[in-house]
Amino acid sequence: MAEGIEGELRIISAQVEDRPGVLFKVTSLIRRRGFNIETITVGGTEKEHISRITITMKCDVRVVEQLIKQLSKIPDVMKISELTPAESVYRELAVVKVSAQEPSKRSDLLNYIQIFRAKVIDASKDALIIEIVGQPKKVSAFLDLMKSFGIVELAKTGIVALTRGGKSAAD
Amino acid sequence: MRLSGAKAIVESLKKEKCEIIFGIPGGMTIPLYDALYDCLSEKGLRHILARHEQCAAHMADGYARVKGVPGVCTATSGPGATNLVTGLAVAHMDSSAVIAITGQVPRFMIGKDAFQEADIVGIATPVTKYAFQASSASEIPGMIKTAFMLASTNRKGPVIVDIPKDVMLEEVDVDYSDKVKIGGYTIRSGEPHPYAIKRALGLIIGSERPLILAGGGVIASYGSDELIKLAELILAPVATTLMGKGAIPENHPLSLGMIGMHGRGEANMVAEEADLIIAVGARFNDRTIGKMDKFGENAKIIHIDLDPAEIGKNVKVDIPIVADAKKALAALLLRLGEMGSKRSENPWTKRVESLKTHFAENYKGQDKGLNPGKLMKILRGVLPPNAIVTTGVGQNQMWAALHYQVLEPKTFITSGGLGAMGFGFPASLGAKMAAPDRPVFNIDGDGSFIMTEQDLATAVTENIPTVSLIMDNRVLGMVRQWQCMFCDKRYSAVDLGKVPDFVKLAEAYGAEGIRIETYDEFEKAAKRSLKAEHPIVIDIPISMDEKVLPMVPPGKTLKEVVWFG
Repeated sequence: MAEGIEGELRIISAQVEDRPGVLFKVTSLIRRRGFNIETITVGGTEKEHISRITITMKCDVRVVEQLIKQLSKIPDVMKISELTPAESVYRELAVVKVSAQEPSKRSDLLNYIQIFRAKVIDASKDALIIEIVGQPKKVSAFLDLMKSFGIVELAKTGIVALTRGGKSAAD
Repeated sequence: MRLSGAKAIVESLKKEKCEIIFGIPGGMTIPLYDALYDCLSEKGLRHILARHEQCAAHMADGYARVKGVPGVCTATSGPGATNLVTGLAVAHMDSSAVIAITGQVPRFMIGKDAFQEADIVGIATPVTKYAFQASSASEIPGMIKTAFMLASTNRKGPVIVDIPKDVMLEEVDVDYSDKVKIGGYTIRSGEPHPYAIKRALGLIIGSERPLILAGGGVIASYGSDELIKLAELILAPVATTLMGKGAIPENHPLSLGMIGMHGRGEANMVAEEADLIIAVGARFNDRTIGKMDKFGENAKIIHIDLDPAEIGKNVKVDIPIVADAKKALAALLLRLGEMGSKRSENPWTKRVESLKTHFAENYKGQDKGLNPGKLMKILRGVLPPNAIVTTGVGQNQMWAALHYQVLEPKTFITSGGLGAMGFGFPASLGAKMAAPDRPVFNIDGDGSFIMTEQDLATAVTENIPTVSLIMDNRVLGMVRQWQCMFCDKRYSAVDLGKVPDFVKLAEAYGAEGIRIETYDEFEKAAKRSLKAEHPIVIDIPISMDEKVLPMVPPGKTLKEVVWFG
């Protein structure tokens, strides 16, 4: 097992050039260090031709610092930093298909959906598809509840995050 | 200007002042070679036809390390490109500016398992500084320029440019604009931060037992003069890594030679006793520092490196200085000079001296046949200070590292990080192309030489007169040594048998083969080879029981040196 793989969940946010192969270069380096990526999201930013990759993984602080230095050596990486929970906001989205064949359970289910401010995005005779957005803890708490109803299928986006305040991550 | 992609490659190479291309043509680089056809007769661009792409890459590497400019190699798609990979990995580990241009199957076939297709960008990414593929001919000038910029700036490294055949054939308007921009890559000044220098000065002045550990970064930055001046000013002994050999002349009174697993005992002992280690352009490799968490336990460490990612990677340091080695050393010198803090002889310098004298006896070695250490000393006596030595990998390399005194920077070329057997001979050819007026000797082993021996054909046909010294013990000696010392002499798959006859082998290629039996014959053969105008192979019988000693066994600290195995 790679050194320093135990530890807290850390969020790395990188702005990279939007072109083929860049994601591969980033993940290849992480693979080489032996880390397991917990979540990874890639999408656009406020700038054209720049994508943001948000990666979460478990490792200790010394390792994440060194990894960030190595990742920043990839020429396509424009900016990269760790986003600490205190200084950033982060969200995750999950869509979950829950079995809802018994009418008696449907009302319970709808109650929970309301409490968690989740949303029903599709309904059929035997199932509901529910969307939930929030901090990862909230999402997992909701999903834990859904288990008792019977989760048919589940998809999660992974975490997206930004730093708080008026500055951008690399200012 | 309207040009084909292939022409644009050639024109771009010329614009980057490339003088030599090492390579082998193939199906997907036929357009490139067609474009080269018109230039090769002109002075200024030469193609060296290698016999194996790995050799082409090692040649480009040897050339780059001696000349201080990027070395260029080329190969066709698929097997040609994959054969380059070992050479690129060597250059990556040793921070050498190698540029590889590979052919690729036409764009519409990519990803469809076409004949001779390999995803070379995918394969080479982890072992290069950068890897990219052209998607149109108009990109080529910018890509070649970017490749040279990336390879030769900041911490140097190999770059691969993969170009599909149809892109080479495509005719477009090309633009050699000056702008090169790639992501977040910036060429750093390499100037040290004044605060870091100030803190380092404090440690240096406060230290009683300083040691300088010089790595390849000192040589790459041309920082030897500054290094020597600093060492002399603070009377710090200088140990080097394998890559740092030549950073200080090894006959200098303050030189300790190489440190590490097969380093010199006095260098290792001094590292254990020092209270301050100033590591310059070195990256604390496991072969350098012994047991990782024990290295420098009793010392403060100042780490100067151009690459921020090296700081704290292997050992915790007290003062990091992210800077070019030469510039950081110059800054330290300037400030120390202002303080007028030249040191005089002290208990530490005496201790270092006494360690050197104490261990001197231990290097005599045994007298079973020819002693490698003695051969290295004879060779040093024969070669002028600016002669270039390349090495294979294994015992031959460590004998050279231990016993061959390097007197000038960039005259000891070895596969330090990757440890690729077969590197020495092709690297010697590249080195000779970079320095045609200087003798180039390849200290090799029989196992190592055999891995790239076919390029004797290149040496003969292209008339590149280098001399290979084969430390011929008929075994894979380093593995055998470990099996002897750590596996209870259970020699497993290390016996190479009595083949080939290296003299006949050399002759078969049209080179000269010499077999020597005595020190005297060796000296004569080496002297005669100095002026030779053709490639020479000198076969030197060595006992297979000859070991590389001293040695720090794996997992041990540097002071646990084994002198006699």
